[in-house]
Amino acid sequence: MTAGPTAAGSAGLREAADLVAALPPGPAVWCSGLRKRYGKQQAVADVSLEVGRGEVVGLLGPNGAGKTSVIKMLLGLVRPDAGEVLLLGRPAADPAARARVGYLPELFRYQPWLSPIEVLTLHVRLSGIDVPAQEQRDCLALVGLADRAGDRLGGFSKGMQQRLGLAVALVAGPELVVLDEPTSALDPLGRVDVRDIVLALRSRGVAVLLNSHLIGEVERVCDRVVILDRGRVAASGSLDELLGQREVRLHLTDLPAGAAQRLASAGRVEREGDWFTVALAAGDPGAVVPDLVGDLVALGVRVHAVEPARISLEERLLGILRAGQGDHR
Amino acid sequence: MTTARTVLTIAALTLREATRRRVLLALAVLTVLLLVLSAWGFSRLAAESLTSGEARLTASILLNLVMFGLSLIAALGTAFLAGPTLSGETESGIALAVLARPIRRSAFLLGKWLGLVVFGGGFVVLAGLAEVLVVGATVDYWPPEPAAALALLAAQTIVLLTLTVLLSTAISPMASGVVAVGLFCTTWVAGVVGGVGASLGNDAVGRVGSVSRVLLPTDGLWRGAMHAFQDPAALLEFGGGAEAGAFPFLSQAPLTVTYLAWAAVWVAMVWGLAAVAFARRDL
Repeated sequence: MTAGPTAAGSAGLREAADLVAALPPGPAVWCSGLRKRYGKQQAVADVSLEVGRGEVVGLLGPNGAGKTSVIKMLLGLVRPDAGEVLLLGRPAADPAARARVGYLPELFRYQPWLSPIEVLTLHVRLSGIDVPAQEQRDCLALVGLADRAGDRLGGFSKGMQQRLGLAVALVAGPELVVLDEPTSALDPLGRVDVRDIVLALRSRGVAVLLNSHLIGEVERVCDRVVILDRGRVAASGSLDELLGQREVRLHLTDLPAGAAQRLASAGRVEREGDWFTVALAAGDPGAVVPDLVGDLVALGVRVHAVEPARISLEERLLGILRAGQGDHR
Repeated sequence: MTTARTVLTIAALTLREATRRRVLLALAVLTVLLLVLSAWGFSRLAAESLTSGEARLTASILLNLVMFGLSLIAALGTAFLAGPTLSGETESGIALAVLARPIRRSAFLLGKWLGLVVFGGGFVVLAGLAEVLVVGATVDYWPPEPAAALALLAAQTIVLLTLTVLLSTAISPMASGVVAVGLFCTTWVAGVVGGVGASLGNDAVGRVGSVSRVLLPTDGLWRGAMHAFQDPAALLEFGGGAEAGAFPFLSQAPLTVTYLAWAAVWVAMVWGLAAVAFARRDL
C-alpha cells in the first residue's frame, strides 16, 4: 500500500531530475541590476550582462566606468549594494560557484616568498580540484615560466608576475576565465601570447570575460563586447551588431557615365582620386559586393582593387562614449 | 570537509610565510640571546651565598622577568606578523586571487588565525620550556606548575594575536601591529598600577588593573602564568600580602576558572567580530 505512492514519488523525482539535467547549462556569467556606491561615488549604477558558455566577451569603457568593480562583484570580492549574480548557473553568494572560475586581477600580486609552482599548487588545493603536477608544470610552460618554476617570486618583474597570474587563472580546469587587464605589464610578444591563449580557451569551449583597454586586442578575440560608461551599459552586442556599418573600398579607373549612378545605388559614396569608398546600405554584403563589381565591369569600368572595410571598434567606442557625454550636457 | 581543507591549507601557508619571511629566524636569534644572557645571570646567582629562601625568591623573580621578555618578543613577533599577513595581503592584492577561489572568507581568516596560533603559541611554549630548563640546570629551581604556566603564556599570545587579527581587518598592517603592542603594554602597566593601588588600599586605583584585565585579558593571563612559575613560598619571603601585589614580577593569586572562561569567550568574540568585519569588506 505504501510502496505505490513512494515508487510513484521517486519516479516523479527522477523525471524531474532528468528534466533538469537535460536543460542547457546556465550561462557562464549572468548578472542583473548590479549597483555599487563607494561613499559619494556611484561606481556601478545599473549593470546587467551575460557571458554564454564558451563565449569570449570584452568589457570596454573609459577609466572609472566601473569595469573592475563589476568584475569584483561577479567574483564576490566586492559586495554589491543591489543586484544578482549567477556564475556557471549557480548563485555567486555560494563560494562553490567559483570552483571552475579562473581570475587574473588587475592588481596582480602573488606571495613573494613562494615559487611559481608553489603558487599554482596552492591555488589548485584551494580550488578543490585535482590537477596532476605535470599539468601544473605545463600550465607554467604555457605562459613561458617553465624555467623559473622553482625561483622565489620576490625577484620577478611585473611582466613575469602577470604571466604567473595568467597561469593561476588557467591552472584549475576553469570553465570561465576572468581576465582584468591581462596585458597591462606585458611586452608585445606577451600580448600575442595572451591573444593565443584566449583563442585556445575559446576553441576548448571555455568562456572568457576580458577587460582590456587595448581595443585592438578585444576586436581580435571577442565574440561580443559590452561597453560600460559611468557605471552603466552604454552598448552591447556582437562585433557585427556594434560595427554593423560595412564599407567597401574600390580602386577604379575609366569610369563611363552611369558608373557613378551604379555606385550610388549601392550606398553613400566618398571619392578620393581613383579610390571610392561605398558605405553599403542594408543587405547581405556577400551578395551586394559581387553584384556591384559585376555591374561595374559590365559598364566598362576597370576595377583594380576591391577591399572590404568597416569602421573600427575604436571609432565606434569613441562614438558611443561621446554620444553619452552629449546626453549628459 | 572542504572548509577544513581550506583552513589547514591557509594555516600551513601562514606558517610557511613565517619561516620564509625570516620571522622565525629573527625570533630564534632574539630568544637564544635571551636564554644565554639568563643562563649567565642565573649561574652568577648560583655562585652567591644566599639562603635557600632568598635563592628561591630571586629565582622566581628572575624567571618571571625573563618570561616577560619572552612574551614581549612573542607579542611583537606575532603582532607584526599578523598585521602584514592579513591587511598587508588585502592592500597589496595578494588576497584578490586567493579569495576568488571557492573558499569562504571566514575559513580563510580561521586558517590565518590558526597558523598564527601555532606559530606564536609554539614559540612561547618552546622558548619558555628552554628557559625553565636553563633555570633548572643553573640554580636548580623548578617551577611548581610549568605546564600550566607555559599554556597560560601561550594563551596570552593567542589573545594578543586575535586582537591584531581584528585590528588588521580594519586598519593598515603597520598600525594594527603598533596598536596591538601598545594595548598589550598599556594593560600591563594598568595591571601594575592596579597592584600599587591595591597595596596602598586605594580601591579606585586598584580597580584600574581589574578593569583592564577584563577588557584585554593579556595581563590577567600573564599574572596567572607568573603565579605558576614562581615558588609558592616566594610571596611570603617578599613580605606576603598586599605589598607583594605592587611588585610587577610576582603574582598574588592563581587564575580563577571564571577568568579563564572569560578569556576563551573574549577570544571567540573578538575572532567572530573579525570574521564579520572581514566578510563584509570590499577588496
